[in-house]
Amino acid sequence: MTDQTAYNFAYLDEQTKRMIRRAILKGVAIPGYQVPFASREMPMPYGWGTGGVQVTAACLVPEDRLKVIDQGADDTTNAVSIRRFFQRTAGVAVTEATAEATVIQTRHRIPETPLTEGQILVYQVPIPEPLRFLEPRETETRKMHELEDYGLMHVKLYEDISRHGQIATAYDYPVKVEGRYVMDPSPIPKFDNPKLAGNAAIQLFGAGREQRIYALPPYSEAISLDFDDYPFAASKADHACDLCAAPDSYLDEVITDDQGSRMFVCSDTDFCASRRKAGHIGPMGTPMAGG
Amino acid sequence: MYVAVKGGEKAIDAAHAWLAEERRGDTSVAELSVAQIRQQLALAVNRVMAEGSLYDPDLAALAIKQARGDLIEAIFLIRAYRTTLPRLGASTPLETAQMAITRRISATFKDLPGGQILGPTFDYTHRLLDFKLAAEGGVPPAPTAPASLDAVPHVTSLLNRDGLIQTEAEGNATPPDLTREPMEIPTTRPLRLQAITRGDEGFILSMAYSTQRGYGRTHAFVGELRIGTVAVEMEIPELGFSVEIGEVELTECETVNQFKGSKTEPPQFTRGYGLVFGQTERKAIAMSLVDRALRWKELGEDNTGAPAQDEEFVLMHADNIQATGFLEHIKLPHYVDFQAELELVRKLRREALAHGEAAE
Repeated sequence: MTDQTAYNFAYLDEQTKRMIRRAILKGVAIPGYQVPFASREMPMPYGWGTGGVQVTAACLVPEDRLKVIDQGADDTTNAVSIRRFFQRTAGVAVTEATAEATVIQTRHRIPETPLTEGQILVYQVPIPEPLRFLEPRETETRKMHELEDYGLMHVKLYEDISRHGQIATAYDYPVKVEGRYVMDPSPIPKFDNPKLAGNAAIQLFGAGREQRIYALPPYSEAISLDFDDYPFAASKADHACDLCAAPDSYLDEVITDDQGSRMFVCSDTDFCASRRKAGHIGPMGTPMAGG
Repeated sequence: MYVAVKGGEKAIDAAHAWLAEERRGDTSVAELSVAQIRQQLALAVNRVMAEGSLYDPDLAALAIKQARGDLIEAIFLIRAYRTTLPRLGASTPLETAQMAITRRISATFKDLPGGQILGPTFDYTHRLLDFKLAAEGGVPPAPTAPASLDAVPHVTSLLNRDGLIQTEAEGNATPPDLTREPMEIPTTRPLRLQAITRGDEGFILSMAYSTQRGYGRTHAFVGELRIGTVAVEMEIPELGFSVEIGEVELTECETVNQFKGSKTEPPQFTRGYGLVFGQTERKAIAMSLVDRALRWKELGEDNTGAPAQDEEFVLMHADNIQATGFLEHIKLPHYVDFQAELELVRKLRREALAHGEAAE
């Protein structure tokens, strides 16, 4: 395609970027608060990362190096599609290495490699409202946030415990930010929740269809909701990665035949590949060149 | 065995190439031109312009071709293009009373100034397949008559002379633009009308239909339905007066609704309003019914809990581009969330089974 010249750098016009940057700044100033913004139609469908794409577009400068992941992987089709979109419209450098990226757009994961100061992590958010499935009306949930009325959420968690003996939320696990707003961390597994807190990177959340942006500034407090006698616990499959032997990374389960055989592999493809390059080989892994 | 596959990029390229081939279809059949679509599938073009919120028949026809006839996909193409266009200014309010009429009917008066003009309508055709169309052939020219130069005033303005119908508020305030600012509930009527006119035809139709079946009944008559072209004028600051910059085809529908009065309003007729790009009368009529149903609060009517009275429900779910995107996104990978659920269900099962055994 040779149509870059027809569009502005990173697709959006400068006026729109300014509007989005204002929303981002407001979000950073009020951690966890959902800032309404005039989301634009993007050339990919709503629900496919349009919020994240707009936030990324508003953050990118020509010197940036972009990484895009979906489910932790750089090579999932939608990650490929979004990465290509920015290569085409912004011409920025891209990378798969977490440590080398200046901006990382993600769907459903936080990279295993700890982020550093100066990095921006952009989340794609389907439903930004943590109270949405308890109260469908936006007019009501906004009021609940204003009044810091999170009783309904605690009742839900309590009911989980009385019914299942534990909090039955495995992903999209709500956090309380800086002692004020309850925030939806997007559908990351709760395994990733501890990485939200005290993170050195700026974490920005974009929900395109729902027209909301929110943020966690570096080193923010983000506490996963729980009870004293039922504390939050991050969980993952009780295995090590079969390719790189990592004992502590989030794993995908892969069904390998119709006899019930399965293997577990890192969901973070960059993390897994770097470990194999460094000589960590799991029971089903093969050594990788380079390093 | 699983080896971290890197097939995404190749797969996407191959899928796009295959799609392009499927779009073209059998190459022994002549390719459809954009002009043919514009001329011969004009009602599809109109729908794409209306819901795409962009009046450009050529681009709409191109979008239909590119989308292989999937109108929601075509609307999406138009929206994504429209959003990149700069705003140069706003037109002066359109004078639909000055419309060059191709169709104009009233269901409330047998005859009226300006007359009833049936126009090019399917209304009284018998829906029998015309097999002659399967063969190619010319169409005999339709009879013509000289255009009437009589004024065609709005039916509601005639009713209003006797104070029988509610007077609508007028104002010079710039209406809000839902494509430039996030929609906040509660909204105002101009914003509601804007959302409904670009809303999905099927959704608006069903909402309107539900009011006819008793869910928020408003007893609507089609006071007037008119279709035709209207001049678009813009004030040019350097000139100090407005100039015509073009014309658009519009469908306008005003319903006249029975109203027995409320605590705040005397008995009089009230109206619902529909205005849509192109010849799109199903949408315009549906729009006017939904508009009227949403006005319950302003008119002091009871909220019966009907879906069509619920502004947040109607406006948040009317946009087919938002709806189709979010609906279809569930086909994207969800391995990570699903894995988390899998672990949770396994854990809950383990505990439930252990609990069962302990109880035995």
